[in-house]
Amino acid sequence: MLLTPTADQEVLRATTARFLDDRMSVDVVRSLRDDPTGYPADYWTQGAELGWAALLVSEDNGGGTVSGFAVQDLSLIAHEFGTHAAPGPLVPVNVVARALDASGSAGHLEVLGELLSGSATAAWCYGEAAPHDRLGDIEVSIRGDGSDLVIDGVKRPVEGGADAAYLLVTGRSGAGLSQVLIRSDAPGVTVRRLSSADLTRRFAEITFDQVRVPADAVVETRIDPADQVARQLHLALALHAAESVGAMQRAFDMTQAWAADRYSFGRALASYQAIKHRFADMASWLEGGHAISDAAITAIDADAPETDELVHAAAAFIGDYGTELLQECVQLHGGIGVTFEHDLHLFLRRVTVNRASYGTPAQHRRKVGELNTQRRDTA
Amino acid sequence: VSPQRGADASTDVTEDVESFRLRAREWIRANLRTVPPEATVGTLRNDRTDEEELAGVARNREVQRMLFDAGLAGICFPREYGGQGLTPAHQRAFNEEVVGYEYPSRFQAPTLSPCAAVILDFGTEEQKQRHIPAILKGEELWMQFLSEPSGGSDVAGALTSAVQEGDDWVLNGSKVWTTGAWWSDWGLCLARTNWDVPKHRGLTVFMLPIRQEGVDVHRIEMLNGSKEFCQEFLTDVRVPDSDRIGDIDGGWAVGTRWMFHERMLYNSPLVTVPTGSSHGGLDAATLVKVARDTGRLETPEASELIGEARTLELVKERLNERLGRGMMAGKLSDQAAAIGRLFHGVSASRISTIAFELAGSIGAAWSDEDGAAKHAGEDFLMRQASSIGGGTTEIARNVISERVLGMPRERAMDRDIPFRDVPRGAPTRS
Repeated sequence: MLLTPTADQEVLRATTARFLDDRMSVDVVRSLRDDPTGYPADYWTQGAELGWAALLVSEDNGGGTVSGFAVQDLSLIAHEFGTHAAPGPLVPVNVVARALDASGSAGHLEVLGELLSGSATAAWCYGEAAPHDRLGDIEVSIRGDGSDLVIDGVKRPVEGGADAAYLLVTGRSGAGLSQVLIRSDAPGVTVRRLSSADLTRRFAEITFDQVRVPADAVVETRIDPADQVARQLHLALALHAAESVGAMQRAFDMTQAWAADRYSFGRALASYQAIKHRFADMASWLEGGHAISDAAITAIDADAPETDELVHAAAAFIGDYGTELLQECVQLHGGIGVTFEHDLHLFLRRVTVNRASYGTPAQHRRKVGELNTQRRDTA
Repeated sequence: VSPQRGADASTDVTEDVESFRLRAREWIRANLRTVPPEATVGTLRNDRTDEEELAGVARNREVQRMLFDAGLAGICFPREYGGQGLTPAHQRAFNEEVVGYEYPSRFQAPTLSPCAAVILDFGTEEQKQRHIPAILKGEELWMQFLSEPSGGSDVAGALTSAVQEGDDWVLNGSKVWTTGAWWSDWGLCLARTNWDVPKHRGLTVFMLPIRQEGVDVHRIEMLNGSKEFCQEFLTDVRVPDSDRIGDIDGGWAVGTRWMFHERMLYNSPLVTVPTGSSHGGLDAATLVKVARDTGRLETPEASELIGEARTLELVKERLNERLGRGMMAGKLSDQAAAIGRLFHGVSASRISTIAFELAGSIGAAWSDEDGAAKHAGEDFLMRQASSIGGGTTEIARNVISERVLGMPRERAMDRDIPFRDVPRGAPTRS
């Protein structure tokens, strides 16, 4: 999390933190285990009033940042989602909202209004089914047919896909990429709910069978569609990084308190050097996570040339060390750490799901490596 | 053209960072030699003859003097001692501008920090006037006479003794792990002045010239043949009381701050560290060369390994930046510098292992034609140096858990008994 947020950013963060304390205690999160959506409808609309969907949207279109650094602002909300293991389609709604804001077509702005108020949600259909689930692998086709477009293929896992009114579909169109915004109840769209490692975050498999949409469904922005998709991916990964760091922080704090309170052989667990050294290692992963996550977020806001590298490095590092930290916390708790009754798994679930969404740590490492070998092999 | 600014420049307005940057850039390009990136890579590589090393020292002194004359030395040192009195942001700008150019690397650690930093913190006005400008002019290279053969991590267990005789102190003992003491000028020395009190309460810090009767400098050969590390034997070395730093028996207050500066090193605004520097270890750019020179640049395995190394490197850079800012803003405890130290040691080890992996069989046997890969074997043998030098990662883990996280302290068997009664092991090197 930002080390030195502005006063306005701090108000933004604290407001969401208080709201989540109030509405999403760990007991409530647990009780939503079998809820189909994973959250009550009014929770999301109230969150929308706190700016959850608005920070990346321009003022002209009804949104606004509090600091001038929109992704930084949103990363503070994502961090609180992590510390609370909070439900809700924060990442997909913001990815879609930013794309529609950039598109600016009348139809898209109408949908954007619904997202801003929280009356509807949207999902981003990006990843695909194995073996096409590697980072950047897109097989779904969006082809022109007369004045229409026809979508074919399968997307999964789609976060919030079963409950979204709108789907932003990324597909292949001839040699390049293309994106369309469609209603989720369009003919030919089949939604199947998936099971998930997260308790409240819902995922779906969405099949597009000759889904025909008019040409104005295309979400066009001023930049090349492949760059636009890369930016969406950067945003999703950076928000996941911020959220995972929130979950890491919460688990670390819980485990430190546990080690101080728990006595074995007549002394606190926290007094054993073997255990203290593991906390020191975890502290270095945690602070490293904060640092690289904020670096990625700040780079996106600045549209910096190193954004691609920093975002994938953040995803690689936090994917690996976030889950490692959580599993260490489980280990230090002992048996209670693998029970449903204990809260730790809520946070383990969050970093686990984030690690496997939008690429894996190995894929992100490879991407960082390729950026470096391409840049440097001629030097 | 920027005016030349000497130490006595009396500008009242603080130069803003961007005009400082432009001034530094212009001067660096006009006056400094460019260096290939490989020149700063590798852990204690045995790749220079003594003559080359001494020529490097001489050039460092010359460049330090040039920086001083140009008003670019000691960016965050106070003006009254010859520094520029500027901010860490100015130093960061300089660090960015000096990338790819020579800089007086041997003056950074330990001369500017911890040694000059400790003199600034604890020295008398006279001591500061005598040494800080001399250091900034390139006239004095300093060494830390801190570790001893009897134990590296237990610094307060120093056995080197100082006995008062009139206005002088007489020092006897041995210090070790000084990089380049054979070409250095001054030592900052922690010595025991009272054996009848617990260990932390009987220490005092002194300054002494290295090239004098009674200081015998031996060079230690490392496993790769490098002879940069030294051990000093002090025999009846007389130090005037005016060269004592801090109070008699108050050396631990100095020592604590000293080690703080040591852990801060790569975040310290007192030293120049070119941005993106691997701090003497390996960097991702070197790994790309290893992969290229072994013909596996295009393989997915190489990409993944290089990506892992680059990720660790980026996290380390950003972590150091965060820790530095956090400590400066009072958001993090000063002890948090140990987090950066730990991460550096662990990540440097991993990156060295990755280089060895990429080198394949060249790591076992190589020739001069093997390019960047030819260093991988010996670099790997020296791998742990980055987790040992500058305070071990074990001590960093103690500091993080106890001082940053507030976990219970280790029981100390030597805490409340006179130091002369503390059990000691047999001497190893003496």
